[in-house]
Formats: sequence, C-alpha cells, structure tokens
Amino acid sequence: MTLPPTIPLLGFGWNDLLFLVLAAFMVVGGLAVVLQRDIIRSGLAMIFCFAALAGLYVTLGTPVVAGAQVLVYIGAISVLVLFAIMLTQTKAAPRALVFQTQALPAAIAAVVLAVLIGLTVVSTNWPQQAATTAVAAADLAAKLFSAYTLPFEVVSVLLLAAVVGGVFLAKRERGEAD
Amino acid sequence: MLSFLNGISQSLDAYLVLSGILFAIGSFGFLARRNAISMLMSIELMVNAVNLAFIAFGAFSPSLAADAGVIALIVIASAAAEATVGLAIVIAIYRNKKTPLVDEYDAMRQ
Repeated sequence: MTLPPTIPLLGFGWNDLLFLVLAAFMVVGGLAVVLQRDIIRSGLAMIFCFAALAGLYVTLGTPVVAGAQVLVYIGAISVLVLFAIMLTQTKAAPRALVFQTQALPAAIAAVVLAVLIGLTVVSTNWPQQAATTAVAAADLAAKLFSAYTLPFEVVSVLLLAAVVGGVFLAKRERGEAD
Repeated sequence: MLSFLNGISQSLDAYLVLSGILFAIGSFGFLARRNAISMLMSIELMVNAVNLAFIAFGAFSPSLAADAGVIALIVIASAAAEATVGLAIVIAIYRNKKTPLVDEYDAMRQ
C-alpha cells in the first residue's frame, strides 16, 4: 500500500507533518524549560526538547550529529544538570518566585529578538537547493581528520581541561565541614 | 485546508525561524530565571539553536553538508565542556552560600 503524496484534509506532505510535529515538540519543550516553576520538571523538559531536536537533525540528513546529540545532550549533559539540581535543591528553594524582577522586560526583549531574526530570515534570499542525501559518516570523518584536525585537537584539550577544572572546582576542600 | 504549509520541510526559512525562536526562548530564560542552573539550561538551549542553524545551512547547500556536521560536533563538545565547568562552579558557590539563586550572590557588591 502506498501513501498519498499529501495528507488528506490537511493538504501538506508527510515530511511537512513530521517537521511540524518535531518543531512543535521542540518549541513546547523549550518553553517548558524556561517557564516551568519546578526546576526538576524543567530539566526533564530539556531532555524532551533535545530529543525533538535530534529528530530534526535526522530529517536534515545528518544522523551522525543526531546520534551525538542523543549521546552527549540527553545522555550526559541532561543527567549532569539533573544531578546538579538534586544537589542544590533545598527545602527553602522558592516555589513561587522563580523569575527575576526584570522578567517582563526580558520577555519583551526575547519576543523582539525572535521577530527580528524571523524578519531577517524571511527577507533574505538564501541560495538554496534542498538536501537530497544524508551525510555519510565516512565523509564527516574525512573532513574531521583532514580540514578540521586543529579544531578537533583543541576541543579534545578543552574537554580535558574542563573535566580537570570541574573536578577541582566541585571537590570538597580538605577539612571542610558538610 | 492548511495547504500553505505544503513543502515547509523543504524550506531553509522554516528551520532558521525555528532556530531563532529557540534562541529567543533561551535568551529569555537566561535573563529572567533566578536559579543558576536554570540559567545554564537556557544557555544550552541557545547553543542548540545555533547548532540547528548550522545543520540547516549545511543541509540546504550540499557542498557544505559535511563541514556543517563537523562544526556541529565541535560545538556539541564545547557545550559539554561549558556545562561541566558551569555546573561545578554552581555547586562550589552553593557550598559556600547555601543557595542556587543568583540574586543572592552579592559578595562582590558589598
């Protein structure tokens, strides 16, 4: 059985439906991260948002980056954030007052920023040809180890420094109470 | 009914607007939340928005697709480094001040 090229009643294609669903999940997840009062829930919403983003990467033809997104963001960074939340949650943590006093100007600024980016994007004529095939992992690896060798090495040193620095910052001083 | 949405997944504009929306959401969270960890999560949202823009540009100009993928991987790695150090700093401050709220970190104001 074959699917019709456009969805009956709605009038757009199946790829468009996939894009719209993933985009809606991503935006709702992002809004939940910044608006949720309970910070644990906003951490979980962040996982949701990143998973939808990984789906968008797949539809854009870069499954390798989607895999890295799932491994690094969902697997590592989200877990790290959730651990940090649990370490710093106290009974005294505010439930009611989660926003700064400048929340309203910040919201206005964010809306203005989104509108400006949107206007700029829409009014620019991008020279575009739609993607046809996915990027093979071998192509990506060839680029990574030929043209981008220096950034690769610098990033590995950066990660090492960050891990050592993170351990040093977060470790307890000798003889410190608590 | 909604046929103006036909072909939206094949337009670069849609992905870039989506990326701009995610970036704006992240900047709002960074400016408005009181909790330091919420601010770090908002930074992650902004980094991801930029990554989405990179990947979208790569997908719509096929000669750059592999470059965009490599840049996105490098950005993901640096974001991981940033999250590690940021959360370690938050935990170190929390140990001294007993609060994760940034508006109570006023030691340098006094």
